[in-house]
Amino acid sequence: MAFCEFKNVRIAGVAAGVPKNIVSNLDLKSGDGSISADYSPEAFVEMTGVKERRVSEVLTTSDLGFAAAERLIADLAWDKATIDAVLFVSQTADYALPATACILQDRLGLSKECYAADIALGCSGWVYGLSMACSFVSSGAMKRVLLIAGDAKRRAPQPLDPLFGCAATATAVELAEGVDGFKFHFGTDGSGYEAIIMPDSGSRNQTRPESFVSTEFEGKMMHQMQTHMKGMDVFGFGITTAPKSVKKLAEHYGFDYQTYDYFLFHQANMKMNNMIVKKLKLDPTKVPSEMYNFGNTSSASIPLLLVTQIRDQVNGQKKKFLCCGFGVGLSWGTVAFEDAIRVSELVEVGDECENYGYKLQGAVDEKGGQI
Amino acid sequence: MDINTFIENFAGQFDDTPADQINPETNFRDLEEWSSLIALSIIAMVDEEYGVTLKGDDIKNATTVKDVFDRVAALKG
Repeated sequence: MAFCEFKNVRIAGVAAGVPKNIVSNLDLKSGDGSISADYSPEAFVEMTGVKERRVSEVLTTSDLGFAAAERLIADLAWDKATIDAVLFVSQTADYALPATACILQDRLGLSKECYAADIALGCSGWVYGLSMACSFVSSGAMKRVLLIAGDAKRRAPQPLDPLFGCAATATAVELAEGVDGFKFHFGTDGSGYEAIIMPDSGSRNQTRPESFVSTEFEGKMMHQMQTHMKGMDVFGFGITTAPKSVKKLAEHYGFDYQTYDYFLFHQANMKMNNMIVKKLKLDPTKVPSEMYNFGNTSSASIPLLLVTQIRDQVNGQKKKFLCCGFGVGLSWGTVAFEDAIRVSELVEVGDECENYGYKLQGAVDEKGGQI
Repeated sequence: MDINTFIENFAGQFDDTPADQINPETNFRDLEEWSSLIALSIIAMVDEEYGVTLKGDDIKNATTVKDVFDRVAALKG
């Protein structure tokens, strides 16, 4: 049974980094491949609820995560030497190997006595990463963990998807004696692994020239290094699994979820989330959404809500949060906690900040000179 | 499970299509308003009204509204 409870641990703060560049869906052309010829851009925006997203074809998740982490560490006045672990949750790591968390240990200037690891999850990723960070601290093994989560620049060149945006978040988890901490519920259904999948780019189907041949999938032309999603299956999964997970968590730990102040759901599909709100009979004013301006930002979406939608209402104020991430895997996780969190201002990162302050040793610039 | 109520529920997911155009033998994909988003609404309606989760293949393998009704009835058991 995947219920976990971790006490004596809290989230000290949350920050987020997004590209400065905004791409508007109102600028899309019908039938160019990004949206169907059946809809006008205005109709597309109305139906999907995504008007624009933050996009960079240069900045990786770790670039955005680095910026968010630097802001968060400064806002919390954390001594970097006291950070015991950095966890990197993403499906767009800098390299297949080494783990991006290792690179971030160096780039952030953390101690070499630091635990670093990548977690290859998407929509449910922040909740999973949070449970791991909490587990390290609650057990007494560590005092401070930095959790970076998000998705940005893709692994292979491809047309931009009008529903997805780039973002990475940083969450600071620390020891706090005597606090209630966190209650989690997790679930997995691997029979749905093909519902959201990037067919090539792993070891199962090796990347080769044919990987870039486009074939038709659900009405769109896609190559094998793009994420293929069975929309209807994922929708049906989301509207049944998310409400069930929330109810299971509340029942197992004996609390009334209606007493919570904010419900933060993974931001993937407005229709799906509206159904979830309806099934749980939630007050919609307690359910913030950011799809309109940010689209689906994968594992960043839940913490990004704190930064972009309810910062004024929650920054430094004690609130009860119920968060649920669900999707690729198929994987889901729900967490309930109460705390006064420090929420940083959104960091907007220009393309010139790629690999900011950090170059590979031995790298040369365009003129062939050493950097 | 009553087919007439099902047709009503099905037709209720369309904004611009008159209810009399939606019958058991209607080929729903031929309806001008049909879209992938309406497909999602149908999945949501079936979940809400009948407690059953349709998959993409259930919609793909159906041609008429009655086909969808039969599938829902079969899943309900």
